[in-house]
This record gives sequence, structure tokens and C-alpha cells, in this order.
Amino acid sequence: MSLITEKLVVLNLDSADRHVATRVLAEALVGEGRVTDLDGFLADVRKREEQMPTGLPGGIGIPHARSAHVTEPSLVFGRATGGIDWGAEDGPATLIFLIAAPEGGDEAHLKILAALARRLMRTEFRQSLMNAPDATTVVDVVTREVVNP
Amino acid sequence: MKFVAVTSCPTGIAHTYMAAEGLEQAAQAADHTIEVETQGSAGFDRLSPETIAAADAVIFAVGVPVRERARFAGKPLVEADVKKAISDGPGLIAQAVAAAEAEAANPTAARAGSPAPAAGGLSTKVDQHASTGTRIRQWLMTGVSYMIPFVAAGGILIALGFMLAQAAWGETGAILVTKVPLADIISGFNPGSAQDWAALLFQTGVASFGFLVPILAGFIAFAIADRPGLAPGIVGGALAGVVGAGFLGGIAAGFIGGFAALWISRWKVPKGMRGVMPVVVIPLLSVFITGLVMIVVLGRPLKALADGLASWLNGLSGANLILLGVILGLMMAFDMGGPVNKVAYTFATTGLASATTATGGTSLKIMAAVMAAGMTPPLGMALATTIRRRLFSEAERENGQAAWLLGASFITEGAIPFAAADPLRVIPSGMLGSAATGGLVMLFGNTLRAPHGGIWVTPLIGSPLLYVLAIVIGTLITTAAVVTLKAAGPGPVRDALDEVEMVSV
Repeated sequence: MSLITEKLVVLNLDSADRHVATRVLAEALVGEGRVTDLDGFLADVRKREEQMPTGLPGGIGIPHARSAHVTEPSLVFGRATGGIDWGAEDGPATLIFLIAAPEGGDEAHLKILAALARRLMRTEFRQSLMNAPDATTVVDVVTREVVNP
Repeated sequence: MKFVAVTSCPTGIAHTYMAAEGLEQAAQAADHTIEVETQGSAGFDRLSPETIAAADAVIFAVGVPVRERARFAGKPLVEADVKKAISDGPGLIAQAVAAAEAEAANPTAARAGSPAPAAGGLSTKVDQHASTGTRIRQWLMTGVSYMIPFVAAGGILIALGFMLAQAAWGETGAILVTKVPLADIISGFNPGSAQDWAALLFQTGVASFGFLVPILAGFIAFAIADRPGLAPGIVGGALAGVVGAGFLGGIAAGFIGGFAALWISRWKVPKGMRGVMPVVVIPLLSVFITGLVMIVVLGRPLKALADGLASWLNGLSGANLILLGVILGLMMAFDMGGPVNKVAYTFATTGLASATTATGGTSLKIMAAVMAAGMTPPLGMALATTIRRRLFSEAERENGQAAWLLGASFITEGAIPFAAADPLRVIPSGMLGSAATGGLVMLFGNTLRAPHGGIWVTPLIGSPLLYVLAIVIGTLITTAAVVTLKAAGPGPVRDALDEVEMVSV
């Protein structure tokens, strides 16, 4: 199982707002066959986002949902050099992590997502994603840090 | 310092774990240790009771309510939104340090959730003795907070049954309603009959009351030993009912069951045995031990006590009636449904059954004194929670509102939650008021031709105005006593069901 693939990396994410950006990232999941219903999945993400925006200090946004339209746990990484307002108090987000979990995913899958969430709190992890020159590097960093630590 | 934390969030896949990471990093940076229970979608591994017990403070960084919150009852607590742990872990750790220090400096204040005292305040060390006392009060309060819904539901249903019965049958309705067999309601419930409705309310209330002592005992044991305590506690509580030990017996059952379960769950057993410990061994042995103690060790002395008290009371019959009223009052309020209370009540109802219809007979006066003395404890507590709210926990204050109706209906059990939470101060207060009321009723010469019913049998009371006066005086005495005693000692214990205030610095 791969949490992320090169097709799930968007290095030039430049969208007007977080909902458009989320759609761009989600389309990558549809392209990889990991989301079966784009609008259904986006509605689930939006529902979570409306409870409280998922932007966090340090310029990151983590739109996420557990959804019946997701076939396997996935991460889409988006880098928005221009910044997108994700509702955080300290400014727009430049690193976007769209986390998709299947409804009722098994424990092993959920544990990987838990490990991913923990890595997001590490400055070095964020920094290496910020500096990654290409999609292959992003996939390598995530795989090394999260999937096979 | 040592901390424990719980993190949670609505989806349970991201913030929960980020918050845990944030707290762990912050604790490490400040040279503290922390164990975090992540209540996310991947299930959660419970922190061990030992870890929680050893922690100096608890941090809840949560987006959805903490599961099994009772495990953390009584610990100094910092509660914040889950995002706070992500954006400012060090800030939360600093608050936890302050909460732990406030607890050490002034245990009562920190636990009651009141603002932490300024640094440099009293710096009494918490000695072993005091902390044991505090833990006992926390255990009791946990049991009480789970028992209260049964008291409120059962008591109000019974009171409503009495009310409706009085309308349906006339002045002896409150007596007749208790005589309708449950089987008759089951086989022939008539929705058009007010009598059937009254009997239904009454029987449902009685069923709810059947759980008071088992739930009290079960959750005291739960507070002591966590989940393994529930089975022995509840069974022990039920046995306390069987042997007529009342709520004090239930408290004993809770402690016996809780410590039996705790002791057995700490046994070092071979790996192959571990799987069957929680499902078979711990429940089997802890329930058996509790049953053995309740039936063999407690059962016989209690029966002997009850028999002895009964014959003593019978010997007093010819003595001074006012003194008899005082004694009956003391007995009614002592254990509220326990063995001593039962002896006094049975003494009165037995006399009532053999009494002639002539009013003014001694038996009718005794019945009047017993009922009045059984009404003042809940009324006194209700009044106390109304005039001095701060002396009581949130759960107690809510129970206090129901206690008005319960007291007025001669449902002494309305005071049990207060007595179980703080027996040493509440029971004597109740006894003082009841003794006064019992004596006054005898002095006024009131009579009563019903074995129960409270204000719903007013037509059967002789000189009802003086009767009410006796009850009011006893109520005021109980209120004054409990307020004085509570104000002098430690404040209320924050219990699992209370709204937890944030400890801020």
C-alpha cells in the first residue's frame, strides 16, 4: 500500500480559495482511482472544514475526511507558494495535506494516518517538504518518515 | 513532573495525533514526562490506572468529549481545545504545571475548579493521610453522581404516583396505590383509569429505587478499580439490599468490591492466563469475595442489630413519648432506608396495623413522628443547596431540586446522594433535624393514619398545621447544621459529571 504517489503531489497549487484548492487535490485522487465520487468526497471534506477550518499555525492546512467514497488511505500533498487562506490565525497556508481515509478503515491504515499526523508537527518534516525539488522527493520523504519509519 | 493527556477530534485521524505530538514535544522540551491517550479512529489504548494515579495533572486537548472521563476524576485538570495543543503545546504544559502546583499548595481549591491561588500562598504539603481522605471522597462522589438519576427518576415517579392516587381514590389513595399488584397492571392496564396510571407510576418508581444501592456501590467500585470494579460493586450493592444494609452497606460493598477487583487485577499471572483474567478470573473471584463478605460477615451482625434495636424500642413504648419521638427521629435519619431506619419505620407501621381506629392513640402519634422525621433530611438538604450553592457540587445541586418533592412525599432516599457523598457531615445534620421534628410531633400530639405518602396524605394527619411547623423547624435545623459543617471543612469534590472549569493561569 502506498500512502502517496507522485501523481498525488501538486507542487504549484495556486487557487483562489481553499475549496477550489481542495477540489484540485481531490481530482488527483480520482485520477488514481482512490476516490470514486469526487463531489461526494468533497462534500465530506467540506462538512469537516465547516465544523472548524483545518488551517494550523506555521502555514499548513490539513483538509481531511473519513468518507465512503475513499478506497484506500491517501495523502495528497499540495504546495502553494502564494499561500491560500485556510482559516489559521497566523496567515495563509503554503503546505496543504489532503488526508483521505476510507469509512471504517482497518486499524493498520489508520495507524499510518496517525503517524502522518504526528510527523506534520515536526519542523524538519515540513521543511524537507517545503524544499523538495520534485514530486519524487516528496514521495520519498513521506515514505521514509511515515510509511517505513 | 508527570502528566497524562487525552487528545481527540471530530474525525479522529489528524488533529488527535498532531495534538499528542505537540504535547509530547513540549513536555520533553520542558523536562517533564507525559503519556498521551489518543482517542482517535484507530481506537484508543487506555492509560493504565497506575499511570493516571501517578500523574501530577491531566490535560484534555479535545474536540469531542473525553471517553470514560471518570477515570480522571479529581485530578488537577487543564482543559483546552485540541487546536491549542497543536499551536501552543508549551503553553498547555505550563498550565498543567501551574495546576499541579496549585493542587499541592491547596488541594481543595484546585480540585473544586476554583481559580488557582497566587504563587507564594499556603504551601502546606499534602500528607499521605489527607490525600487518602480526598480520594475516598472522590470515590464516593463518583458513585453518587451515577446514582442521582435513579433517585430523581424513581422519587419523582413515586411522588407523582401518590399525587395521582389521591385524585383517583380519594384521601387514602396514597395507601391504596401501593397495594395494586404489578401483575394486575401488566394483565389489565386500562389507559382510561387514573388508578392504573398511578399504580404504573408508583411501580416504575419503585423499580428505579431498586437500583439506588447497586448503582452507588457499583460506581464506587468503578472509581476504585475502573471497569473490573463494576460487577463486584453492583452485585455487592444488590446484596446490601438483600441483607437490609441500606446505603451504608452499599458503600461498604463498593469498597469491598472495588478493592477486591483492584487486588486481583494486579496479580502477576503467566502470559497464557492474561487473556482470561478480565473476562473470567477477575469477575468470578471479585464477585465471589464480595458476596461472601456481604452475606456472611455483614449479614448476621446486621440482623442481630436490627433485632436488638426492635426489642429495645418495644421496651420503650411506655416511656416518655417526646423522648421516643426524638429517638425515632435519630433512627430515621441515621441510614435512610438502612437497618436502623427500617427498625424505626417497621416499629411505627406495625403499631399502625394493630391500632384501633380511635384517633389520638399512641400508635398513630408514633407513625406521625416517624413520617415527619423521614421528611426533613431531603428537605433540609434541598434548602441547603438552594441557599448555599457553593458548598455543593453541580450534581448535588441538581439533586437538591428533586429533593424538595421527594422530601415532601416522605421519600427519605432523596437525601442519600448527599449522605453517601459526605456521610460524616450530612448524616449528623439530618439526625439533628429529624430528632427535633420527631420530638415536636409528639409534643404537638399529631397523629397519622397512613404508613407513607408525605403531604399527599394530609387529610389523614391530625392537626396538619402544627405538623408542618414541626417539619419546617426540623428542616431549618438540618439546613443550619449541614451548612455550618460544610463551610468549616473541605469543599465539594468535583465529580465526573460536573462541568469542568478550565484552570487558567
